[in-house]
Amino acid sequence: MSEIRETTAKVSNNKITIDANEAAASVAFRVSEVIAIFPITPSSPMAELCEEWANRGKTNLWGVIPEVAAMQSEGGAAGALHGALQAGALSTTFTASQGLLLMIPNMYKIAGELSPFVMHVTARTLATHALSIFGDHSDVMACRQTGFVLLCSNSVQEAHDFAAIAHAASLESRIPFLHFFDGFRTSHEVAKIDQLSDDDLRSLISESAIDAHRQRALTPDKPVIRGTAQNPDVFFQAREAANLFYDACAGIVVRLMRTFAERTGRQYGLFDYEGDPEAERVIVIMGSGAETVHETVDELVGRGEKVGVLKVRLYRPFSQSAFVAMLPQSTRSIAVLDRTKEPGAPGDPLYLDVMTALGETRGGTGRHFNVEPQVIAGRYGLSSKEFTPAMVKSVFDELNKENPRRHFTVGIIDDVTHLSLAWDPSFRTKADDVSTSLFYGLGADGTVGANKNSIKIIGQETEQFVQGYFVYDSKKSGAITVSHLRSSPRPIRSAYLIDRAGFVACHQFDFIDKIDVLEYAAKGAVFLLNAPGDSGLVWDRLPQEMQQQIIDKEIRFFAIDAYALAKQVGMGGRINTIMQTCFFGISGILPRDEAISHIKKSIEKTYGKRGPEVVRRNCEVVDLALAQLHEIKVPAAVSATRMRPPIVSALAPDFVQKVTAVMLAGKGDLLPVSAFTVDGTWPVGTAKWEKRNLALEIPVWDPKICIQCNQCALVCPHSAIRAKVYDEPSLASSPSTFKSTAYRAPEYKGKLFTIQVAPEDCTGCNLCVNVCPAKDRTNPKHKAINMEPQAPLRDNERANYDFFLNLPELDRAEVVRLDHKGSQFLEPLFEYSGACAGCGETPYLKLLTQLFGDRLLIANATGCSSIYGGNLPTTPYTTNREGRGPAWSNSLFEDNAEFGFGFRLALDAHQNAVRTLVLHLASDIGDDLVTDLLNANQDNEAGIFAQRERVRALREKLTALNSAEARKLDQLADYLVKKSVWLVGGDGWAYDIGYGGLDHVLANRRNVNILVLDTEVYSNTGGQQSKATPLGASAKFAAGGKSVGKKDLGLLASMYGHVYVARVAFGAKMVQTAQAFQEAESYDGPSLIIAYSHCIAHGYDMAQGAAQQKLAVESGVWPLYRFDPRRLVKGEAPLNLDYGPPKPKVAEYMRNESRFRVIERADPARFKHFLDEAQAAAERRYSGYQQLATIKLPSREPGEEEPASSNGDGLETK
Amino acid sequence: MNLNTKYLGIPLPHPLVVGSSSLTNDLDTVRQLEDEGAAALVLRSLHEEEVTGEQMDGFFNSENSGESSAEAASYFPEPELALGPDEYLEHLRRVKQAVAVPVIASLCGRSTCGWISYARLLEQAGADAVELDLYHSASDALTSAAEVEAQMIEVVREVKQGINIPVSAKLSPLFTAFANFAHQLDAVGVDGLVLFTRFHKLDIDVVELEVLRSLQLSDSSELQLRLRAAAVLSGRVSASIAIAGGVHTALDVIKATMAGANVTQLISAILKNGPRYLRTLHNELREWMAAYEWSSLEEMRGNMSFQRIPNPSAYERATYRMFH
Repeated sequence: MSEIRETTAKVSNNKITIDANEAAASVAFRVSEVIAIFPITPSSPMAELCEEWANRGKTNLWGVIPEVAAMQSEGGAAGALHGALQAGALSTTFTASQGLLLMIPNMYKIAGELSPFVMHVTARTLATHALSIFGDHSDVMACRQTGFVLLCSNSVQEAHDFAAIAHAASLESRIPFLHFFDGFRTSHEVAKIDQLSDDDLRSLISESAIDAHRQRALTPDKPVIRGTAQNPDVFFQAREAANLFYDACAGIVVRLMRTFAERTGRQYGLFDYEGDPEAERVIVIMGSGAETVHETVDELVGRGEKVGVLKVRLYRPFSQSAFVAMLPQSTRSIAVLDRTKEPGAPGDPLYLDVMTALGETRGGTGRHFNVEPQVIAGRYGLSSKEFTPAMVKSVFDELNKENPRRHFTVGIIDDVTHLSLAWDPSFRTKADDVSTSLFYGLGADGTVGANKNSIKIIGQETEQFVQGYFVYDSKKSGAITVSHLRSSPRPIRSAYLIDRAGFVACHQFDFIDKIDVLEYAAKGAVFLLNAPGDSGLVWDRLPQEMQQQIIDKEIRFFAIDAYALAKQVGMGGRINTIMQTCFFGISGILPRDEAISHIKKSIEKTYGKRGPEVVRRNCEVVDLALAQLHEIKVPAAVSATRMRPPIVSALAPDFVQKVTAVMLAGKGDLLPVSAFTVDGTWPVGTAKWEKRNLALEIPVWDPKICIQCNQCALVCPHSAIRAKVYDEPSLASSPSTFKSTAYRAPEYKGKLFTIQVAPEDCTGCNLCVNVCPAKDRTNPKHKAINMEPQAPLRDNERANYDFFLNLPELDRAEVVRLDHKGSQFLEPLFEYSGACAGCGETPYLKLLTQLFGDRLLIANATGCSSIYGGNLPTTPYTTNREGRGPAWSNSLFEDNAEFGFGFRLALDAHQNAVRTLVLHLASDIGDDLVTDLLNANQDNEAGIFAQRERVRALREKLTALNSAEARKLDQLADYLVKKSVWLVGGDGWAYDIGYGGLDHVLANRRNVNILVLDTEVYSNTGGQQSKATPLGASAKFAAGGKSVGKKDLGLLASMYGHVYVARVAFGAKMVQTAQAFQEAESYDGPSLIIAYSHCIAHGYDMAQGAAQQKLAVESGVWPLYRFDPRRLVKGEAPLNLDYGPPKPKVAEYMRNESRFRVIERADPARFKHFLDEAQAAAERRYSGYQQLATIKLPSREPGEEEPASSNGDGLETK
Repeated sequence: MNLNTKYLGIPLPHPLVVGSSSLTNDLDTVRQLEDEGAAALVLRSLHEEEVTGEQMDGFFNSENSGESSAEAASYFPEPELALGPDEYLEHLRRVKQAVAVPVIASLCGRSTCGWISYARLLEQAGADAVELDLYHSASDALTSAAEVEAQMIEVVREVKQGINIPVSAKLSPLFTAFANFAHQLDAVGVDGLVLFTRFHKLDIDVVELEVLRSLQLSDSSELQLRLRAAAVLSGRVSASIAIAGGVHTALDVIKATMAGANVTQLISAILKNGPRYLRTLHNELREWMAAYEWSSLEEMRGNMSFQRIPNPSAYERATYRMFH
């Protein structure tokens, strides 16, 4: 049997514990021949699993490995699928959100051509005022018109079952199916389900329908033509010709649901009703929320209320008769709940459908209802907003009112339009037999992974039903994760977070000062804390609030020093198996010995492929854990005097106190509508208020050793180590431990110099220490910066850092040199982002803001840089003392080049307008100022400064004028100062999904600068290959190593002739990086910088990132060059190589990184082939570039007559 | 003319063996070495510390970044093969398939259980013998020479008991009582002694203040240390003797044999001159023996050992006598 992932253990009764993504993909894979994919959260795991299975040779029902093709975009995937369907293949794909929208054009075609096809969609919020990766139905609802069937699963089991029904029904009905379930809430929920066997699938899938599909395939052996263009005479009739198929569809689904039930015992209907058969109040809903309503209905019916829920499964085609038939005759009022928002509509979509169904069936044969039910409409759960039984209860309560609100929202506090229902949070469904456990962990400590294992162990080894759901914060470094685990003797319908836990574990001691980890602990709960040091001292180290909670809630309290144990066994910071063992040891869910044996088995399964030593050490900590676990005796009274520290400093601005801090505390759900701007605008510079204290060790500067090169500051991904030069008097009130030394180089002779660390913002990545070239000659292991434990330094360094920040900034107009060193004296306007520790992208962005930050506009493609750049609660882009700073926005993944191009068009328009106004008002302004304003040289900081002064002078003059034109000029005057437009994104954007737009922008001559942060994979979605992925690298969607080389985007761009192009790698040649940024900015036309960005997806210690960049360049893997069209004018070759002939170091480079090394492990011959090819390619590339760097082209000065023999504008310059 | 010899109980047509090095990393080169007449091949060492270190690095690098972001539970495809000694074992299997000459695996363990378990895996993968690379950095001030030696003896004893193929021990020249140690190894049943490990070239960059490590090829001058050690042991231990390091010419092979070596392990000579050089050496060896009318190597083996020469002290303190 082509079964699902081997790591998934099964029990004899065919129960498996998996998430809905795997549940759906396991069916889709088995019934497909062609699978075209593109990653998008939260659907990516389905695509990844299919690619992985195909790569391992798993087969579909017919013994064939499906063709899995990773495409450049969802639009590309849809196109490929459309083609595959036309050519007669059984096909599938997986997507969500904006990715689904990109498929819509082809969806119309696929449906219009009646092609059987199923796409599995993790329903996700569409980006509107903000992006959200979480779940609601806005994407699916945007597809209602396409002609696709919309079939909704509410749970993991249903995602598995409906995947099968969808594929079968599509084949029989010829109508394509969009099978969807809620993103994250269902797609990422782990639950125990019954697995469908291959035979189950065979029993559903009609071979004759497959034959018929094949018969319709386009083939030259029996040609027909499709995709014609039709005119007014026939299009309409032809469009109506498919009606009968839609009429038949619901019947086919019903029949297959019956067949399915006969085989599996699980009966589904187009609509399913649950509740009192005599219910008077009914909620109509689809998706995971339906399960929560079901659970609440059970509770309320038990309390004697006449309520029910109607679950919508087949949403399109909407069978009105089936819908009405399922409602109890006794129904008096109905609340229709939509998980989407259609602004301006008479109601959200499901509500309108229900109204229509009720209206259209009202006059039918026989009266269905005793009284015509009253219908109200509610909106809930946008972006996975919590939807709890208490909220359901409030909806039923509303239905009970004499005059219920016709339109409402539930789950938020709307104090603006007052649409929201209030709910009583104390309302809960009875769940005495449900075990609930909450685990607070850190991303890097493996808590989530271990909990996934735990829930699988419980699911497999007990009769219990289980549910695991995992919540992450929005940071990539130091993310707090919360695992919600339920187990119960009854099916679990609770599609909401645990708010009353019988077991709470806190895997990181520092969290007790950051979040209220016992907030959801039930009375009598068990609390497990990973606490460093002597367990006898743990109690005294707790803050007062926590001690009080433990006493009040009569909590049993256990502690273990898991880090000490992990260190003892050589497990680094991996404490997850230790904590997992303690969980089983205390919770008693399984007998201890049994639990330990299962944990070890699961370690073997999970880590077996990482090597026996990994398994051995993990098992060793399991053996040692329980002996080091201590129950802490809880005193009768609180003894602590300290309280939990405030979330943000009292100095933070009002908005940060009132909004950001609430979100940081994990209480964003409580913020009312009025707390927010109406258009998604958000203040900048808020990251500085979130002191994350992630680093166990931070760099400490030794001024005696320092050679003042500023490299540490340049490479810091979090702007947490900074350099400043300043005059001695500024030092007057410095803290006693503040360090300072004389600046050595001549440009700022007489000034003082300081390297200062932001102790609470540093992530401890070590990049700075590794690049520091200055060693103590008598003791070379001591450098000019050295890592030392943070805790003892924290208070002093915090004061030092505050003092440092308040030292005067270097006057930009007086900046002597803007190279890699000089730039570091400029204030970074991008700081403390949530990027990964050691990130290879952010140093470029920081440099960008140092160089041009006060006049910078950034259009940012979706991806890592948009997440750490703009994912709330905090914002890393900030302002200088004048209040200027980068203006940043994110549009989409695919259109960022065009988006930024739009910035440029607007700026050019504003500049034209302002220049025109200046000329109009010249007589009032004065000729000299007009001339200066319009002809200002703004090529350097001094020029920019002078222009700002002129604008100031202009404004002063305008105050005396009282005309509309003067007011308009005043409004636009700042556009007289040069702005710098940067289009920023990753390789997924630039090489793949956004390439068409990028190419078009390059083909224009507008002055935009494009920065490609090239990590060579889709980093944000988990390391899928892009066209930037190099030859031989293993990535998701290219598990066996990419078999073609990296696309040479730079070379392609340079062929336009008018595009400035540079390839840079800050770790290899900082001076070239800084130079390229300035040349790009100064070039009056499109510029493209492709920046080598080391990434965790490369698989090595990021502290070595800069060294690896150097190796990339030395080996010729990553060329450094600058192609400057301005050189053509001077008769020079435009290409300037900034690297030397490749050294034979490709092998060393590749072996350093897991992404290459895994191939060597798996297939040494293939690796050797890749290695030889990569080495040869490096040499060929160098040779090719070298020749380009010496070419001679005819030059002509700007303004010269075009030579008669010119071959167009290919290589001319402005 | 008879060049036959026996090493680790394995009969070989002549004593020219390819020593443990990167030479045998590539299958094409392996085949070439056999074609050019290598009597046996010793593979590069399987380093326990490297294997476990890489496993743990891989584990930390992949796991630490996983499960920390809602968008990505991981950043790598599921690995297809366990990171373990498998890569080495697979290579060993392939070399065994590729050639008919005996293939000796080399092992550098760290933990006692590592030595034994890896040696078993090497045996299972088809090695004809295992060469234990007994190296100790001697930088721990708290561990005595006696303790280090006792551990090494224990490792050899346990490996010998744990596997059925012959076991040799490759030694460094840095033993205070070398002969005694060799005898202790002999007593626990070691089948061969390989004299000696060569060290990487170390240097100090006096400007950058860094230690530089590089591989420097040997030359014949390194032979003398090994000749003396072989001469000391020849006839006194039942283990066979291999000389590794400094064997570059046919005369070097003759000298090694006369000192008592059963085989000579060649690395630098082949790295310098290519696999074809094996054939050259073989020819020169025969030519020299013909010229001096030796009919077999066995006749001369050990004729210059301590046991058989009239004045063993000629090997002793040679420099003192000459220059003082």
